[in-house]
Amino acid sequence: MSSHASTSHSTGHAAPQGFIRKYVFSTDHKVIGIQYIFLGLFSAILGTALSMMMRLRLAWPGSQFPLLEHIFPTGFPGGVMSPEFYLAVLTIHGTIMVFFLLTTVPLSGFGNYILPIQIGARDMAFPVLNMLSYWTTVVALMVLMASMFVEGGAPISGWTAYPPLSALGKIAGPGLGAGQTLWIASIAIFCLASLLTALNFITTTLNMRAAGMSLMRMPLTVWAWFTASTVALLAFPVLLGGGILLLLDRLAGTSFFLASGMVVSGKVMTNSGGSPILWQHLFWFFGHPEVYIIILPGMGITSHIISTFSRKPIFAYKAMVAAIFAIGFIGFIVWGHHMFASGMSPLVGMVFSVLTLTVGVPSAIKVFNWLATLWGGHIRCTASMLYALGFVSFFVTGGVTGLLLAQPAIDVYFHDTYFVVAHFHIIMGLAAVFSIFAALHFWFPKMFGRYMSETLGKVHFWITITGVYSIFIPMHFLGMAGAPRRYAQFTEFAYLSKLQPLTIHISWAAFVVGAAQLILLFNIFRSMRWGKRAPDNAWEATTLEWVIPSPPPHDNFGDMEPVVYRGPYEFSVPGAKADFILQTEQEVEGGE
Amino acid sequence: MLLAPDLPGPLLKLLALFFWALAIATATAFIVHPIWLPENISLNGVDVDQQLNLTLCIAGAAFVIAHMLLGLFLWRFGGKQAGRALYWHESHRMETAWTVVTAVIFVGLGLQGSRVWAREYLTDPPANAMTIEVTGQQFAWNFRYPGPDGKFGRTRPDKVDDSEGNYIGLDDGDPAGTDDITTQNVIAIPVNRPIQLIIRSRDVLHSFFVPVLRFKQDAVPGMGIPVHFTATKTGEYEVACAELCGMQHYKMRARFLVMTDTDFNAWLKSRSQ
Ligand code: HEM
Ligand SMILES: [Cu+2]
Ligand SMILES: [Cu+2]
Repeated sequence: MSSHASTSHSTGHAAPQGFIRKYVFSTDHKVIGIQYIFLGLFSAILGTALSMMMRLRLAWPGSQFPLLEHIFPTGFPGGVMSPEFYLAVLTIHGTIMVFFLLTTVPLSGFGNYILPIQIGARDMAFPVLNMLSYWTTVVALMVLMASMFVEGGAPISGWTAYPPLSALGKIAGPGLGAGQTLWIASIAIFCLASLLTALNFITTTLNMRAAGMSLMRMPLTVWAWFTASTVALLAFPVLLGGGILLLLDRLAGTSFFLASGMVVSGKVMTNSGGSPILWQHLFWFFGHPEVYIIILPGMGITSHIISTFSRKPIFAYKAMVAAIFAIGFIGFIVWGHHMFASGMSPLVGMVFSVLTLTVGVPSAIKVFNWLATLWGGHIRCTASMLYALGFVSFFVTGGVTGLLLAQPAIDVYFHDTYFVVAHFHIIMGLAAVFSIFAALHFWFPKMFGRYMSETLGKVHFWITITGVYSIFIPMHFLGMAGAPRRYAQFTEFAYLSKLQPLTIHISWAAFVVGAAQLILLFNIFRSMRWGKRAPDNAWEATTLEWVIPSPPPHDNFGDMEPVVYRGPYEFSVPGAKADFILQTEQEVEGGE
Repeated sequence: MLLAPDLPGPLLKLLALFFWALAIATATAFIVHPIWLPENISLNGVDVDQQLNLTLCIAGAAFVIAHMLLGLFLWRFGGKQAGRALYWHESHRMETAWTVVTAVIFVGLGLQGSRVWAREYLTDPPANAMTIEVTGQQFAWNFRYPGPDGKFGRTRPDKVDDSEGNYIGLDDGDPAGTDDITTQNVIAIPVNRPIQLIIRSRDVLHSFFVPVLRFKQDAVPGMGIPVHFTATKTGEYEVACAELCGMQHYKMRARFLVMTDTDFNAWLKSRSQ
């Protein structure tokens, strides 16, 4: 291939000078991508630490933790974690993980870095907007952090923030004052940032593709980021609108979500005419698509990596694209499956049930296609591939429980129990997190010019997958037994106290998994400096990011004008000289 | 040729073993199930449990088969092999087949489940059903029986007075209310008699969850949501709150007593004084 010394080029896209322009307020999609990834890393550390605290209380509800009392004097009066502090920790954990880790890293993080390169663009369509989106996200995170330290305590209404609890203000109890207001503000700001990012991704994908990069030559990662962005563009405004209404209910005395006749803490409320269920419709109209915003990039990443390391074209590329679209579309008409017990009409529940089961079909198709891609492959055992295979496993394990939850007759038993907690941690939490691990190991050599340690990666993989399955498979049984979620302890009910040994087991497994993440952290920071040097095409892969230097120059392609001649997954083409053909390669001796 | 660090063979075979072990261990745990749903005491719950078991079997089969195949493919194609990977990337026959089969199973399951649901939720309660009102509040369950006149008296928010024990705001100006019987955190019902609950909340969301009856229903301020069921076994059970309602959510508990007719009448009488 051509050399690509990037000392001089005529695109007028000069690299910025100075630390601030280069690394802080950068408009370079690659820098912004890495910024998002580090923001996610920070969120992950915080979110994990919070989950460890929850496991402490659940396993040993009355026990004293004097050390934690030093750090959180109000949260641990006398060394014992208070129930409202438990709920605050739960709320921040959920919010930070769903929004600031799982929504940002797979889409805004890796998407930002890789998407423009994979379609042969020199940057995003709107680089300044891109920078603004990132810093808006940072503001949202800072507002969320602030919500923990205001008077009245951190918010306690969960990541779903159902009114009236979230709308009434501090009269309804601790943690519902200023902290809740800031929580809503944070989410509203986050919505704005996500909207702008989505717009940018869509425009970039549609307008900035290199010559020859027709839609059906795009890597599945690009399809996934593009579809997730389209879903985000349509879903986030609804949450933004809902959030504003909720703020008005809190601050301006409106009653969008507040019914008449409430008596709260002995006080007769003057609200009238609103409906608490309206919030659930708005929230889940956003919330179900949101879970696909989170998982679609993971699906793209998994497809990409499984194809690369099986040394085979992805099976049924067209069906994969169609499935991504079907999931994105049908995902908008199933939100009612979160509301079977809400008081929504049972007839409507029935319709949502059948629609929900329909969305299982394209999801299953993706699994079949991943399996078929492995068949006949020359599978390479990289850490990245292991994580991708873990993704497939989680997607299956979490998906099959969806069959139960999708049926209202069964779901009114399981709803708001630990069965749902197990379902969504496996299919959304673990699957998406493993797609992040896979992507990190896969693209790290492109981003930093060095491999991450394969050995450390594999050690981390094995401890993590064993550990998380030891947490979440047993957790289904808590749900089976009818243990409600969001309980600060299980000791107040006869039928729940029996479950304490299982709860303690889960906590221990969680501590092991939490500790194992230090291996990953160490691997990241060690490899940035001391990792093994990687060549441009670190994995003998086919897509455009492997054509350019590692790390890529400011404008990605330097002097080269990328031209695309073929599909994204040309592995093991009979007669070709290598078992992979880059998308930019025109001639293949003996091939096609 | 391969530039990347690579450890083929053994680790992929180990992963294959892991997936097989996971499938077998999980399936065994669900079959042996040392922990399971509490006993069912509701007429409708029989259908629910049946549908649940059927769905679990299908879901379990899908889970086991997928992990078996995943393991098998890793075992078979994970080692060092000569030549090139198979250049095989589509098969319309197979794709059509698995799409149709999955669609039929999933949608079939949905329709079947909908029948169970419809029987329970799209029917009116039998004419002889006894109606009890449930009102959630932070952090207690209030119950109200209409008394001999069979009618609930009016309630008004401004009549609520916790110190007087008037948790639901019974209006003493309404004669229909004078014989209403109210209890807090304990509900009793007669066995084998259809019961209709009207579920309400006076402040935030709660959810009325009786595991042995196999359902929960959110309590929503401004709404009175009807549900009906028939309990078939006497005994003492528990009601939990299943919707986050504030800091004491985890202890919002009520006793749920299913009694013979005689016991129930005696109980109700003792409460009406
Ligand atoms: C494969 C088909 C799927 C089906 C049939 C399904 C079905 C359901 C149903 C019915 C619920 C509501 C349960 C309840 O609250 O009672 C639910 C909850 C949930 N699902 Fe799924 N699901 C599927 C896939 C997914 C995927 C792919 C994700 C995310 C990537 C996901 C994430 C979630 C989350 C986050 C919740 C719980 C939200 C909450 O209450 O906090 N699900 N699922
Ligand atoms: Cu959903
Ligand atoms: Cu509650």
